[in-house]
Amino acid sequence: MASELTIVSWGGAYSKSQLNAYHEPYSEKTGATILNDDSSAEAVAKLRAMNEAGNVTWDVVDVVAADAIRLCDEGLALEINPDEDLAAAPDGTPASEDFGDLLVSDCFIPQIVYSTTFGYRTDMVGDTPPTTVCAVFDTEAYPGKRALEKRPINNMEWALMCDGVAKADVYDVLSTPAGQDQALAKLGTIKDDVIWWSAGADTPQLLADGEVVMGSTYNGRLFSVIEEQKQPVAMLWDAQVFDLDGWIIPAGLSPEREARARDYIMFATDTQRLADQAKYISYGPARMSSAPLVGQHADLGIDMAPHMPTDPENAKNTLLYNYEFWADYRDDIDAKWQAWLAQ
Amino acid sequence: MADLTAQAGPVLAADGTPLKRSLGRALRRQKLRALALIAPLLLFVVLSFVWPIIEMLSRSVNNEIVANTLPETVVALAEWDASTGELPSEEVYAAFARDLIVAIDAKQHTRLGSRLNYEKTGMASMFRRSGRTVKKWDPVEDAPFKEKFLDVHDGWGDIETWKVIQTYSPTVTRGYFLNAVDMRLTPEGAAAQPEDKRVLIKLFGRTLWMSLVITSVCIILGYPVAWIMANLPMRQANLLLILVLLPFWTSLLVRTSAWKVLLQQQGVINDILVWLGMVADDGRLVMINNQTGTIIAMTHILLPFMILPMYSVMQTIPPTYLRAAKSLGATNWTAFWRVYFPQSVPGIGAGSILVFILAIGYYITPEIVGGTKGVFISNRIAYHISSSLNWGLAAALGTILLVVVLGLYWCYDKIVGIDNVKLG
Repeated sequence: MASELTIVSWGGAYSKSQLNAYHEPYSEKTGATILNDDSSAEAVAKLRAMNEAGNVTWDVVDVVAADAIRLCDEGLALEINPDEDLAAAPDGTPASEDFGDLLVSDCFIPQIVYSTTFGYRTDMVGDTPPTTVCAVFDTEAYPGKRALEKRPINNMEWALMCDGVAKADVYDVLSTPAGQDQALAKLGTIKDDVIWWSAGADTPQLLADGEVVMGSTYNGRLFSVIEEQKQPVAMLWDAQVFDLDGWIIPAGLSPEREARARDYIMFATDTQRLADQAKYISYGPARMSSAPLVGQHADLGIDMAPHMPTDPENAKNTLLYNYEFWADYRDDIDAKWQAWLAQ
Repeated sequence: MADLTAQAGPVLAADGTPLKRSLGRALRRQKLRALALIAPLLLFVVLSFVWPIIEMLSRSVNNEIVANTLPETVVALAEWDASTGELPSEEVYAAFARDLIVAIDAKQHTRLGSRLNYEKTGMASMFRRSGRTVKKWDPVEDAPFKEKFLDVHDGWGDIETWKVIQTYSPTVTRGYFLNAVDMRLTPEGAAAQPEDKRVLIKLFGRTLWMSLVITSVCIILGYPVAWIMANLPMRQANLLLILVLLPFWTSLLVRTSAWKVLLQQQGVINDILVWLGMVADDGRLVMINNQTGTIIAMTHILLPFMILPMYSVMQTIPPTYLRAAKSLGATNWTAFWRVYFPQSVPGIGAGSILVFILAIGYYITPEIVGGTKGVFISNRIAYHISSSLNWGLAAALGTILLVVVLGLYWCYDKIVGIDNVKLG
């Protein structure tokens, strides 16, 4: 087994939570040296380039599930057998059942459940704070700018749901050109009031500056705006979209490095480790058996369970990122989306 | 007699060889030595710069993946006539089954699916899902395959699927280039992209237009600064030079983000304007997330590239020329316009080329401050490289951009003359 491994992740508070929950205990246990690389945002392109050059320098890579599916399709990630490669739950439940439906790709080992949801300025919405996601499209009741992500995913779903399409029918409608036009038309009603973001840190900043009245971003970012920076911001959990983030092992590693990467994955995704990560960041562990072990925030000392996107109180109306749909339709809808944005 | 023959024949060097050959040999040796001296650099440039660029650009026409993954299908499908409106024969399906079983074994089928998904939405999941069933098939015993494929996925019964595979069978395609200019390759030939997907030509135009605007603003803002620097005593000029260079020592992202803080609606400039009463609180100016934001931020970032060549050219213009012009009766303006300005043109030329070419390829700044109306074609290239993984289209866009820049460079050479450009 190689004595060194390079782990790629997103940087910032997220990498720090992994350092505390996974890397340090692992190094202590095995003596392996862990090198960090904050390149997850461009992991797909870089892995393809490394693979073509025949020199993969990464051992374990943290990616969102959609990217993992793409990497798996391209043959750039190693296939995983959950019951052999991952630790069983403490009560003996095999990993494939413990992770359940979250194993969305043959190459993907889920780590956290996060959600894309809205936050709003409590001092800019008057006495009637928004309760549904459709407030985003209601510029009369909630004047001011909104921050939305500069991509069709999630925005198209919300637009259709607020345009009278039932939640169950959203993807059927969205797979037709007429449905795509309908979603864009709905978004068109607020186009002049939108600031489009492309980095997760944008919306928290725009909210803190009072530049927008509400905006979508990852729930962990809103948690730190609200609980750590104490800004007058509140969460609108309605219609939050669950997404997954997790590990892949790149294809084409030498046997020693692959053995080390597998050993790390086995350790870092066991029940206790996933629960530990929630002490440092408000993302829900991907194992069912980890949920009861989620405790308090390591610095703030507050209970983390109510801040998890999966908490029953927050998860009354949720969507799950439709991986299959977007893997097929992303190129097509994105072309329309870009043309629509440029109009 | 010997002297006479020597004079009639070629002139000989001391060692008896003809002088011409001897000289030529010496010259060749000299050239080789010069070449050997620059060889490491030349090799480095070719290997690490020219070759990767050629390699990347060749992706814009490369389409080997279909023929490599489905060799038998491509051959069998060549005889199929799509215009009959009938599905291909069992022969094609059988060839496809054989190819697919091999491809699944090598885990190549999903890669092909992603490739074809650029042309027809839904192909990615067709290949992924079919792979799970087809890998259990035997290429001989499980025949015939047509019905089986239709059971696995409706898409295999869709004539459009086979048209796409047939259209993209050749190992070289013009599909990516057509996509890059808002067209697409159909079985019937090139056709225009549907109206609601046309955006790339517009972005090319916008990129060129905004780069021109940014270059012009840089000239207007940079010229006086360069002039002052060239005419101040050394000490003050150096101080100014440091101020011009200062932005280079700050990260690009930090500078761009600083513009956000300044320009946004709740930002510093708007706050001051509201405080001064020049702008109403509910009528704050929108200066960012649009073209204005991109032009302001990029002008700031690119300004040093304009000032420095101008400054070094202006330094070489002797101040006595201006004095001479004035002593001969020219007004201040005439002296500047007829005497000083023409001599500073090479600096403007060099600065403009630098700024324009840098501007045309920028993508980080437009991405951060450009909103929807201020993004460039390079943002699309970046998207196709890093997100959609459609490197063929990205390469086609990059090739077009390269050709456009070379074309503009050629025009510039014809109009202004490239000899008329000086960096100092």
